[in-house]
Amino acid sequence: MDWPLKGITVLDFSQFLAGPYASLRLLDLGARVIKIENPDGGDLCRRHYLSDTRIDGDSTLFHAINRGKESVALDLKSRKGRAVARDLIAGADVVIQNFRPGVIARLDLDFEAVRRIRPDIVYGSVSGYGDVGDWAELPGQDLLAQARSGIMWLSGNEGAGPVPIGLPIADIAAGATLATGLLGALVRQARTGQGGLVETSLLEAAADMQFEFLTTYLNNGRKRPARLPRGSAHGYLGAPYGVFETSDGHLALAMSPLARLSELLGLADLGEGAADPGAGFDRRVSIHDGIARALKRRSAAEWEEALTPEGIWCARVLTWDEMLASSSFDALELVSHVLDNRGKARSHMAAPFRLDGQRAGASRPAPKLDADGPRLRGGSAG
Amino acid sequence: MMTDPVMPLDGLRVLDFAQFLAGPVAALRLADLGAEVIKVERPQGGDLCRSMVVNNQRLDGDSLVFHTFNRGKKSVAADLKDPADLARVRSLIETADVMIHNFRPGVMDRIGLGYDAVRALNPRIVYGAVSGYGTTGPWRDRPGQDLLVQSLSGIAWLSGNDGDGPVPTGYAMLDLATAANLVQGILACIVRRGVTGEGGLVEVDLLSSAIDMTFEQFTCFLNDDRLQPRRHEAGNANPYQPAPYGIYKASDGYFALAMTPLARVAELFDAPAIAAFEQSDAFARLDEIKAIVARVCAERPVQHWLDVLEPAGVWCAPVLDWPAFAASDGFAALDPVQTIRTATGAEAETTRCPIRLDGTVLRGSLAGPRLGADTETILGASEETV
Repeated sequence: MDWPLKGITVLDFSQFLAGPYASLRLLDLGARVIKIENPDGGDLCRRHYLSDTRIDGDSTLFHAINRGKESVALDLKSRKGRAVARDLIAGADVVIQNFRPGVIARLDLDFEAVRRIRPDIVYGSVSGYGDVGDWAELPGQDLLAQARSGIMWLSGNEGAGPVPIGLPIADIAAGATLATGLLGALVRQARTGQGGLVETSLLEAAADMQFEFLTTYLNNGRKRPARLPRGSAHGYLGAPYGVFETSDGHLALAMSPLARLSELLGLADLGEGAADPGAGFDRRVSIHDGIARALKRRSAAEWEEALTPEGIWCARVLTWDEMLASSSFDALELVSHVLDNRGKARSHMAAPFRLDGQRAGASRPAPKLDADGPRLRGGSAG
Repeated sequence: MMTDPVMPLDGLRVLDFAQFLAGPVAALRLADLGAEVIKVERPQGGDLCRSMVVNNQRLDGDSLVFHTFNRGKKSVAADLKDPADLARVRSLIETADVMIHNFRPGVMDRIGLGYDAVRALNPRIVYGAVSGYGTTGPWRDRPGQDLLVQSLSGIAWLSGNDGDGPVPTGYAMLDLATAANLVQGILACIVRRGVTGEGGLVEVDLLSSAIDMTFEQFTCFLNDDRLQPRRHEAGNANPYQPAPYGIYKASDGYFALAMTPLARVAELFDAPAIAAFEQSDAFARLDEIKAIVARVCAERPVQHWLDVLEPAGVWCAPVLDWPAFAASDGFAALDPVQTIRTATGAEAETTRCPIRLDGTVLRGSLAGPRLGADTETILGASEETV
């Protein structure tokens, strides 16, 4: 099978997560990705350690995001560095950058400048908050974008204060949005020969992520979603919808017929008025209280076994170890074992899709800084 | 800035057999990029999402959420169990570039619209399939629902504080991530089709998307003796980040503080107690350090801290709720809202596509279609479906 982006070269000037996540997705789809890094330490992410885990000198994080890419170190502030960058651009199909607004133009590597070198270039730019408005100059960092986007009031229970999502969701969503736009522009390039500029930001991605409820909010007189006192998982959905404590472990319960559920849980009062479609929403606090009491009688595993065959949508809440123990997880073949640059086996995540039945696995580690510089600096990428 | 872009998928036809969220949202993104999207829905009630009313809100009879996911699409009603309808749908498939479905594994094969059958009809088609847990394994027949997959994938243990129970993310994050993955696979296959003339099969599932979403932390976990990360005692925002990363309560509200060296923290918060810690303590003694920062923060209002921290280049932000976010200049600058209109003129506001192409914001003013609105035009009249 030919991976769909075979033959396409991506020059990635970005660092940290959003931009490099987009180029990782293009890599998984078959593209060649060359990172352009500053010679003084490279991508900041190389030194951004989460916990104390590091692989082969660079942070684990860096390897997760940059597996399979090539690296060329260039000082873009020097005339010579920019000249090499322009040579590489001449041989590239896609350019990605995430400098703060204005910086890339001063380096003479903005879309207009790059287009003079490669008229059909597909150029992707990701920022924190767009390039106009009060926030344009602010650091485009995931937690801060979460803080500004209202997303911290959607998770957790009433009274909990803001609850950030414990993973870099704005970065990942912005990276996915950028990858989508770049692919759209590549389709257009293939059909018309025309290049293009694709732009997005953490804030646009954060608004898009919340679009289901933000749309609700925009049209209901701007009435805020209310988190529930317990088992909250969704500010606008009727009961049952949430996570509950059992005698052993936790059980997630998603939209299920209320009458049937109350019967199975032995809760006569829950069923009262359950035929009324609004009941699950209007009485959700008291319904959740009833469910919480009933579920405490047995373990999460017992409930899951008893309720699933009855068509109730539920799942035990697992830790990562428990998930890894399931054969469903194994069946997905999501973990690849890759030898790092010192020959030690490391685990990496594979691509989240299968193409023509095959999953693009991780096969190469992330590059050492400038690993490919000597080979590629001389001229065009080849 | 520039002239209106030529839309990348102009002239391409997408058939959306999916319901609810991941599949329809993937098709929505293709519509945003210029494709014609036709929903193929069962005649009785159509996409279940039409009747999934959230917060008791409707638009023109269908749930507002349905319009959020399906704006700008067409709708044909067809009973895939009826041979005459199925024949018409097969003809429609011959004219399509992409099709998307989220039936449980095996269902489309039984109907006769599995990938191999469809490829025989139309070798150029790009076929996208969404499932909860992939096509094999013991979980394959379970409901592929967002909250349940959050629960199974360990994601519920990343948010909230140590000592809290599991804290799910309060919106359908995995459905959206799955949609994004599907769109990327489909677009790449369209690029390849330009070279090879052949379509392809793109399969995504919520569980794989959950893993991808946590891939940086999960990779740490896999390479760190498989220790379950412990959430911070207070103000947790990412179990793997060192102090002071997280949320702090000021005297009048909350703010977020991102990665900052401890020496800077000691200086800017005027907290000598922090100066006693080594930078390496930022992991090992993070709860102690965060507790000291939290005590100092509580004494002054949010704006005071922003005024101290922002000029010093420290990464921080006030925590906004939707009223504050929607009223902010940052929100206005991105212009992320658009108005959609149904055939009868009912209007609602929703968000736009988050991609800007050639300097132009991608927008569409159409709401979701009425069930079967385009059946006659697209499938032709028939007694069975009318």
